[in-house]
Amino acid sequence: MSIAVPQTMNKALEPFLIIVGSLMVSMVLFGVFVALAGADPFEVYQTMYRAAFGTTFSWQNTLIRAAPLMLTALCTALPGHLGLIIIGGEGAVVMGGLFAAIAALAIQTAPPMVVLVTMALVGMAAGGLWLTIGGALRHYRAVNETISSLLLNYIAIALLNHLVTSTFRDPESLNHPSTHHIGEANMIGAIPGTDLHWGLVFGIVACVIAWFLMHHTVFGFASQIAGGNVRAAQIAGLPVGRLILIICLVAGAAGGLAGMVEVAAIHGRANDTLNANYGYAGILVAFVARNNPLAIIPVAVLLGGIRASSGLLQRSHELPDATVLVMQGIIFLVILFSETLYGRFSRLQKQEVS
Amino acid sequence: MTDGAPPDLQALGITKRFGPLTALKEVNFRLRSSRFHALLGENGAGKSTLVKCIMGYYHSDAGTILLDQQPVTIRNPRDAQTFGIGMVYQQFTLIPNMTILENLVISKAKLNSIINWQEEEFQLTEFMEKMPFKVPLSARVSSLAAGEKQKVEILKQLALQNRILILDEPTSVLTPQEADEVLGHLRAMTLARQLSVLIITHKLREVAAFADEVTVLRKGQCVGSGQVSELKISQMAEMMVGSEVTVKPKHRTVLSKKVPKLVLQDIRVKDDIGVEVVRGLHLTIHEGEIVGVAGVSGNGQRELIEVLAGQRRAVAGTIRVQGQPFQPTREKIMQHKMCCLPEEPLQNTCVGRMTVSENLAFRNFDVEPHAVGGWLISRPALRRSAFELIERYNIKPPYPDIPIQSLSGGNVQRAVLARELSAEVEILIIANPCFGLDFLATEEIRLQIVAARNRGTAVLLISEDLDEILELSDRTVVMFNGQLVYETASSGADLAIIGRHMTGDTT
Repeated sequence: MSIAVPQTMNKALEPFLIIVGSLMVSMVLFGVFVALAGADPFEVYQTMYRAAFGTTFSWQNTLIRAAPLMLTALCTALPGHLGLIIIGGEGAVVMGGLFAAIAALAIQTAPPMVVLVTMALVGMAAGGLWLTIGGALRHYRAVNETISSLLLNYIAIALLNHLVTSTFRDPESLNHPSTHHIGEANMIGAIPGTDLHWGLVFGIVACVIAWFLMHHTVFGFASQIAGGNVRAAQIAGLPVGRLILIICLVAGAAGGLAGMVEVAAIHGRANDTLNANYGYAGILVAFVARNNPLAIIPVAVLLGGIRASSGLLQRSHELPDATVLVMQGIIFLVILFSETLYGRFSRLQKQEVS
Repeated sequence: MTDGAPPDLQALGITKRFGPLTALKEVNFRLRSSRFHALLGENGAGKSTLVKCIMGYYHSDAGTILLDQQPVTIRNPRDAQTFGIGMVYQQFTLIPNMTILENLVISKAKLNSIINWQEEEFQLTEFMEKMPFKVPLSARVSSLAAGEKQKVEILKQLALQNRILILDEPTSVLTPQEADEVLGHLRAMTLARQLSVLIITHKLREVAAFADEVTVLRKGQCVGSGQVSELKISQMAEMMVGSEVTVKPKHRTVLSKKVPKLVLQDIRVKDDIGVEVVRGLHLTIHEGEIVGVAGVSGNGQRELIEVLAGQRRAVAGTIRVQGQPFQPTREKIMQHKMCCLPEEPLQNTCVGRMTVSENLAFRNFDVEPHAVGGWLISRPALRRSAFELIERYNIKPPYPDIPIQSLSGGNVQRAVLARELSAEVEILIIANPCFGLDFLATEEIRLQIVAARNRGTAVLLISEDLDEILELSDRTVVMFNGQLVYETASSGADLAIIGRHMTGDTT
C-alpha cells in the first residue's frame, strides 16, 4: 500500500518532532535560569555533557542512574495504555526494596543465587500488589487512580520508615535507621568487564518485554481496545477490570524490581535512600516516551545523564545541587504543555505529503 | 431580523484534496436568496466537505465563494458568521447543564466582560416573539427532547443575525413529527424572505416536501441540480447513486418450528442517574425471526440495548440465550454467537485511533489465525482478513492501516457490520442500523439483516424509524415507559394503533 506509508511516517514523525522541539525549548528555558543564577549556560551544557556522556566513567554513572528509571517509567507507561494515569512508581520501588530486603534477611544463609531470585520475586510481588491496590480502587470503587497511587506513595514511605526504625532495625545503624545488611555474598554483581550492575540489563529487558507484550500479544491488543474505548471493550466482552488489575500488577512489578536492585546492588539494606525520587522521575520518562516502552530506554539514559551531571555542576559552576531538578521540572512542564500541540500540525504535514 | 433579502451565495469550482484523496472536484453550487436548497449525496460524496469549505472550516485548494456576486474570503467559521452564514451541525453543540438563555448568550461573537443578564434576557425574549417557534428560555438544555434542542440550535444561529443557514443532517436526531415541524418553520421563514436554507440530508421525502431546489453530489462532483418541483424522487435517487434504484422486496423464508433463542423475563434496568427506565420487560425472540421494537426514543430502549451489549447491568430479571443464562463475557458471547450493532458505532464499538484492520478484528483477534498459539498477534493475518472484509463489504477508502475515525459515518457502519456479520451469528441485537446512512447503504444493510434472519438468526431490532421496523420485522412490539405495551404481526399492522401506543394513549 503506497498510500499507507506516508500516513504511518506522519504518525511516527509528529511525536518525534514535538518531543525533540520540547526538549530544545526546555534547554533554552533552563539556560535562562542558569544565566540568572550567574553561570554561563553554554559552559553549563558542556559540563553536563562531559559529566553525563564524556567519558567511560561518566557513561557508567549515567547508565547506573538510567537503570531504575527504565523500570519506574514502566509503572506509568503500562497503565497508560489502558488510559490510566498512575504515578505510584515511588511506592512500588519502596515496597519492592523493603520486602526484598526482608526476604533476603529471612533466608540469608541460603545459596546467593536462591537469595537473589527470592528477593527479585518478592520485590516484584510487593511492588505489583502495591500498584494493584490503586487499580482495584479504580475498578471496584471508581476512585481516581492518579490520586490514590500518589497517596499510596506516602503510605509506602511511611511504612518503610516505620519498619526500619522498629521491627527490622539494625541497632548499629545509628543515625541512618536501616535494616540489617543482606550480606556481601548476596549482593548482585557487576556486568563482567564493567562497573555496571545487572540492574541495567533488567531495565532494558523489561522494556523490551513490555513493548512486546503491548504490541504483539492478545493481552496488549485487548488493552488497546479497553484503553481506547471502554464501551467497545464491553461489547467485545473483554474483562476490563481484569485487564486493569493485571496491567497494574505488571507495572508495579517493574517498580518493585527497581527497588530490589537498589537494595541488592547498591545499598545492601533497605532504608530511606530507596525513596530517591526514581519513581517520580520515571513518570517524566514515561511522559516523554509517550508510554512507548522502547522509547523509554533512550529517554531514561538521557534523564540519567542529567541526574548524573549534578555533582560536577555543583563543583565547577557553584550551582546548587537541586539545579538538575529544576531542569527536570522544566522538561516536565514543557512536555505537558506540548501535549496540546498534537494534531495542530497535522494539516501542514498532510499537505507536505501530497 | 435585519431588512432585505438574504444574500445570494455561490461556490465556483471548489476543489478540496485530503492527501491523496480528492474529496471535491470543481464543484459549482448556488444558493439563491430566500430559497430552501437541499444538498443530496451518498456517504462520502463530499457534502459535508463542501459546506465546511463554505464555512471556512476547511480551506479549498481551488475555487471561489461569491456573496451577491462579490468574491469573499472566509478563513474560519467566525468569518462566515460576519457574512451572516451560520451552520447547525449534525451533533448538538449546546452545553447541556446550562439554560437556553445562557447558551444563546455565550454564543454571541462579542460578549461584554460583565454580562447584564436582565438586559440579555429582555433582548432575547423580544427576539423570541418574532420567531415562528418558541422555546422556554429558562429551561435547562439537558431537560429538552432532541427536537427542542435542534430548535435551540437553529434559534442560536438566527439570534446571531445569520441570514444563510446551513444544516448538516438536522433531522437525523429527530422523530418524523419533530422533523416536519422544524423543517416546516424553516420553510415558512424562507417563504417570508427572511432566510436562505441549505440542508444536507439523505431523506428524499423531506427534500420533496420542503425544498425548492436540489443539488446532487456524487464522488466529490456535482452530478445534477434543479427545481424540486420538476424532479421525481426516483430521478434524485438515480442521480445520487448513479443508477436506477429499486427497493428489492426482501425474500423471506418461513421456518417450520419456533425455537426460542433469546428470552427476556421481567427485566429491570436503571439509567445513569438511578431512575428505573426499563420496568419489567418480557420478550421472547425465536429462531429466524426479526422482532422490531418501536417507540419514541427515551423510553428505555437505549438502556435495554446496553444491557444486551454488556455495557450495563440489569438490576433484576433473567436473560436466557439459547436456554442458557446470559453473561456478557467474551467466552459466552462467542459461544452464543451473539452480535451487536448499536447506534453511533464509532463511539460505541470502535476505537477511533486504532486502524481499520484492528477494529475489524475486535471479535476474533484472540483466535487463530489472528492469534498465533492463542497469544501472539499476527499483523499480516489481521491485514489479510481486513482486505477480505473491506472488499466484501465495500468499505471506502480501502486502506486497512488508516485510523477508523478517518472514515465517513457510513463506512464506519459498514466496517462494524462486516465485523459483526462476517462470522456465524445466532442472535443479533441492532439499534437504529441505518441512522444517517444513504439510500444504497441503508438498502444494503437491511438486506444483510434479512439475510441473517433467513439463515435462522434471531434478530432484535430497536429503531426510531417505524417504516424500517415494519419493513424488516416479523413481529412489532411497542415500548413505552420501560415496558412493552403492544404487540402485533408486522404485515397488516395498524399504524394508528401503533402510534397511539407509542405515545402511551391506550384508551
